Amino acid sequence: MTYNKLKRIDLIFQEDSECPKVLEKTFGKSNDKIINDILESGLKGRGGAGFPTGLKWKFASEESADERFVICNADEGEPGTFKDREILFRVPNKVFSGMAVCAKVIGAKKGYIYLRGEYRFLLPQLQKALDVFHREIKDLLDFEIFIQMGSGAYICGEESALFESMEGKRGEPRNKPPYPTVAGFKDKPTVINNVETLVYAYMICKHGPMGFRELGTSDSRGSKVFSLSGDTPIPGIYELELGMSLNHFVEEFGDGDTKAVQVGGAAGFCVPRKMFNDTIIGFEGVPTGGSMKVFNSSRSMYNVLHNYLEFFEEESCGQCTPCRVGCQQLIKGIEAVKKGEQKASYLDQLMKLSETMKMASKCGLGQSVANSFSSIVENFREEMIY
Amino acid sequence: MPEVHELVKNLADKYGRKRENLLHILQGIVEQERYLSDVALTEVARELDLSAAQVYGTATFYSFLDTEPRGKYVIRICRTITCDMKGKNQIIQAIEDSLKIKLGETTQNKKFTLLETNCMGWCHEGPAMLINDQAYTNLTVEKAIEIIEDYGSK
Repeated sequence: MTYNKLKRIDLIFQEDSECPKVLEKTFGKSNDKIINDILESGLKGRGGAGFPTGLKWKFASEESADERFVICNADEGEPGTFKDREILFRVPNKVFSGMAVCAKVIGAKKGYIYLRGEYRFLLPQLQKALDVFHREIKDLLDFEIFIQMGSGAYICGEESALFESMEGKRGEPRNKPPYPTVAGFKDKPTVINNVETLVYAYMICKHGPMGFRELGTSDSRGSKVFSLSGDTPIPGIYELELGMSLNHFVEEFGDGDTKAVQVGGAAGFCVPRKMFNDTIIGFEGVPTGGSMKVFNSSRSMYNVLHNYLEFFEEESCGQCTPCRVGCQQLIKGIEAVKKGEQKASYLDQLMKLSETMKMASKCGLGQSVANSFSSIVENFREEMIY
Repeated sequence: MPEVHELVKNLADKYGRKRENLLHILQGIVEQERYLSDVALTEVARELDLSAAQVYGTATFYSFLDTEPRGKYVIRICRTITCDMKGKNQIIQAIEDSLKIKLGETTQNKKFTLLETNCMGWCHEGPAMLINDQAYTNLTVEKAIEIIEDYGSK
């Protein structure tokens, strides 16, 4: 097992007054060159799914269509994630610049930032920064960005649900394919990227792909912004090189009594202490959109799981049966085992149910409930029963 | 309800009358009225030439688009795991006692509604709450009560 030492990085939050200059220089390059730079950097989506950013841009640019869109996914709803708010608060111009480069490459005239309703207080200052940005690039590119607010629905962070919501409908995920690069917002080719991904894309244009590529591991290039919460003396936002072991992470950020870390939020995986050393944080190990929740030995993992299941039950859009009914049954099931109304072996049946949800649910929400469910039940089985 | 009629018309003039403008309009009504009344929803349907069921179906999908009357100040306490670990239940209890309402209820003077909400992105500074759009973090019982009292005297 090879992994990197924990290393703090300072790229994302560096203030940047040169955005227009960098954009002018970047726009002087061919679209192929820009796409190749992004591909070469190895940048993968920072929202959690990890799709290569350069490929998304390439696919959208190759579609024939009269209109295309670039969308910044700022519907940051995964429990334990709060880095995008900080990025939009501190360096919004770098987010806009990333969108502008993408727009140039794919030929989009309009971009949208879909901002979660819980972050509405950011709107005035974000709009102000956007007005400045529009003035700065007006002679460089025919491109305008609009901000659209969400209204408190976790599922709208799922890209096709987000398009539905932007079209004024219930945020119910669509079937895939077609993928967004073929038919996204208004069924037009659309690139949808996470806030953080867009900033890295801009920085790769500014500094070239090599600096980014040199960080991280072969599967997980670059650095990543982590949102740290739970039982830690220093909760907050940290940019770290990818590919470190969870052990190093806990040594740096834990409170000395860490029992488990939930990597990737409610939709992610719970890693128990005995596996810290063998767990790499990155796409080759446990991937994360940035959420790192640390639990110490005073915490009941039953309560943690119950809280996650309540979250999923409420946020399930209700469209498909495995997710809608599955979430309800998982909660009822663990409550029954805890109360002694069901035998401990009933947990195995619930594990099968979560596997069914993984296979049969329509979108990532229902599919990922099994991640936290099985990793918590497997590793903390006795806490589920007694 | 001539005011609602006026409000819906103004919002439709501002944002447009296509389906894609629906959420903007519903959000605009909630900003003014704190909730979507049946009258407002049917008015939107008429103005945008949609069925009332389409408008109602869309509105009820979103937890911030309330279809029940709410107070002038809607308090939403984060209930997700970190805020839970940091004591959100004590905060709720204290606000319930102070406002003499239970979770989900509105005070008689229509000033406050107390609700829970899912993770709002302040896990590192929990417990946290929203009052309308404003976020308050690192809450203690004393701090929460002080904030509520400030709003009460507004």
